[in-house]
Amino acid sequence: MGCADPGPPDALRRGLPASPPQAGRSLVTTALQSPRRGRGRNHRSPLASFGLHATLLVASVIAVFPVLWVLLTSLKPAKYATTTDFVRETTLENYTGLLEDTPFLTWFGNSLLVAGLTTVLGVFVAATTGYAVSRFRFPGKRGLMWTLLITQMFPVAVLIVPIYNIMASMGLLNEPAGLVITYLTIAVPFCAWMMKGFFDTIPMEIDESGQVDGLTPFGTFWRLILPLAKPGIAVTAFYSFITAWGEVAYASAFMVGDENMTLAGGLQKFVNQYGAQWGPMTAASVLIAIPAAIVFLFAQRHLVTGMSAGAVKG
Amino acid sequence: MAVDTSSQSVAKAAGDSARGRSRRPGKPEGKVRRSLSTHWYAWAMVAPVTIVIAVIIGYPLLRGIYLSLTDANERNVARSIGVNEIPATYEFVGLDNYKEALSGSQFFETLGWTLVWTVSCVAVTFVLGLALANMLNRRIAGRSFYRMFLILPWAVPGFVSVFAWRFLYNENNGLLNQMLGGVGIDAVPWLNDPTWAKFSVIAVNVWLGIPFMMVALLGGLQSIPGELYEAAEMDGAGPWQRFRNITMPGLRSVSTTVILLSTIWTFNMFPVIFLLTRGGPGEATQILVTQAYKFSFEISPRDFAQSSTWGVLILVLLMLFAAVYRRVLRKQGEVW
Repeated sequence: MGCADPGPPDALRRGLPASPPQAGRSLVTTALQSPRRGRGRNHRSPLASFGLHATLLVASVIAVFPVLWVLLTSLKPAKYATTTDFVRETTLENYTGLLEDTPFLTWFGNSLLVAGLTTVLGVFVAATTGYAVSRFRFPGKRGLMWTLLITQMFPVAVLIVPIYNIMASMGLLNEPAGLVITYLTIAVPFCAWMMKGFFDTIPMEIDESGQVDGLTPFGTFWRLILPLAKPGIAVTAFYSFITAWGEVAYASAFMVGDENMTLAGGLQKFVNQYGAQWGPMTAASVLIAIPAAIVFLFAQRHLVTGMSAGAVKG
Repeated sequence: MAVDTSSQSVAKAAGDSARGRSRRPGKPEGKVRRSLSTHWYAWAMVAPVTIVIAVIIGYPLLRGIYLSLTDANERNVARSIGVNEIPATYEFVGLDNYKEALSGSQFFETLGWTLVWTVSCVAVTFVLGLALANMLNRRIAGRSFYRMFLILPWAVPGFVSVFAWRFLYNENNGLLNQMLGGVGIDAVPWLNDPTWAKFSVIAVNVWLGIPFMMVALLGGLQSIPGELYEAAEMDGAGPWQRFRNITMPGLRSVSTTVILLSTIWTFNMFPVIFLLTRGGPGEATQILVTQAYKFSFEISPRDFAQSSTWGVLILVLLMLFAAVYRRVLRKQGEVW
């Protein structure tokens, strides 16, 4: 959370444990302590050290390799796609072919539209609920919390048929709008739950000071808490974006035809039609994965905080 | 912490209602009105979500339950062909679908494999995630690099990873078989032999699941105070004793949560099975969710009723599981 900009500095520092100055201090203290601790449990024989590094190295290779291999394959000419050579000829022909000859960009746009709308609507609808559930006690709160929790464990199989039929009768099948509405069934409970976790980390004193200054509960939420919770909201938004971006079941069932497909459905085409076209498939994979992965690696520290905070304290 | 605000908002709302009363003297205040004036802020704030959930989750859910009590399929549901609206002609059949599902062998065979799939995925993911988290929690050179690499599978959208694995698993020219061929081992039919297919889908799901498990457990490990270990060491506790008596209890709340979450996720894990094997070969890797999907979207005529029935059964199973899990935790004194 060190990336949060100064904002109202006092509040931030009190609320978020890992603000820069403290992080710096703890680094110094651990450095000072290290000689003493060095003799303790952190002392390892060279053999144990080697084992540790070897295990972590093997695990890292297994984790990275499939992704790396797809990246390498995407840079090979299509005819060499299934060879084991690391690099024979490097070419971008898979990428140019993908962008010129396939509806990849259309799928990409559709995914962007659907996931973007889902995220904005989901966060917008869920924000006040996250706050209310975090701060107030009111009749029906328990029931609501349970509903939020249970809807998150809904298997896709429970809702897919009724939603499909409802969408069909409303003429929303094969329409991005239909998919957005469908994804809101996942995003809204999830966003509310996760935002509750983030609001819980903001100290109550801020609400109290707001009330002392005569703000209504909504005013407190809007003017004080929401600005402080920005990092948390960003993470929630990012997470629901990624969820919608990677959804497969609804997208495969509801969207047909090249113009309306999203990426999850589109990518299946490369692999299912006449065997597999690994060239464009790998290039598409890279184009889908790299931006997501970069943003993810920046955000991941907060992802777990929010999720486990929400889940553990729930 | 909730108590604080609640008392404040009560005080505030009491002020409001006092004002309200003075404007309308003598009007009797019912219980509903009183709690409305106390809690209307909270209720107004949760209203959007409540409405959305009721409309787009509650209504379809009820319809799904209703469909599971009918003989709805592709041919008799309401549909429009061009400008012609064809009304629904399916009929209420009571519990017939449930009888059919629960009396045949298919449901229980699928359930059996779904349980094997869930338990083995969660167990392997947890053990490996815990081991890696413990290693990353030590002081070790390059720790942040290892951490970043190990998280990578999580950062890639799931369906992309699954296709990457399909690429590696390819029987004729996938990399795995070429590597095996390089050391003189025959090609393995990763996705075309029932047993290997089961192994393969579990492997992919474990690969996908470890990063979350690892990061969550690492967070838990870092919240255990180091003094505990130092004290234990003073008392002569060995590494295994420290692990059993400090690490495991310290991780209790995190691990119960992640096990619950990943059990539910794995039980419902649609994309891995659907994109890797489509449930095949035969029905060898079909889990309940993908089978329910198959009923309504892959066979002809689409059997909406049976699909809904399976969906409801899955939901019931999951809720039973969550309730039992919670009760067990409560017995052990865990508040959840």
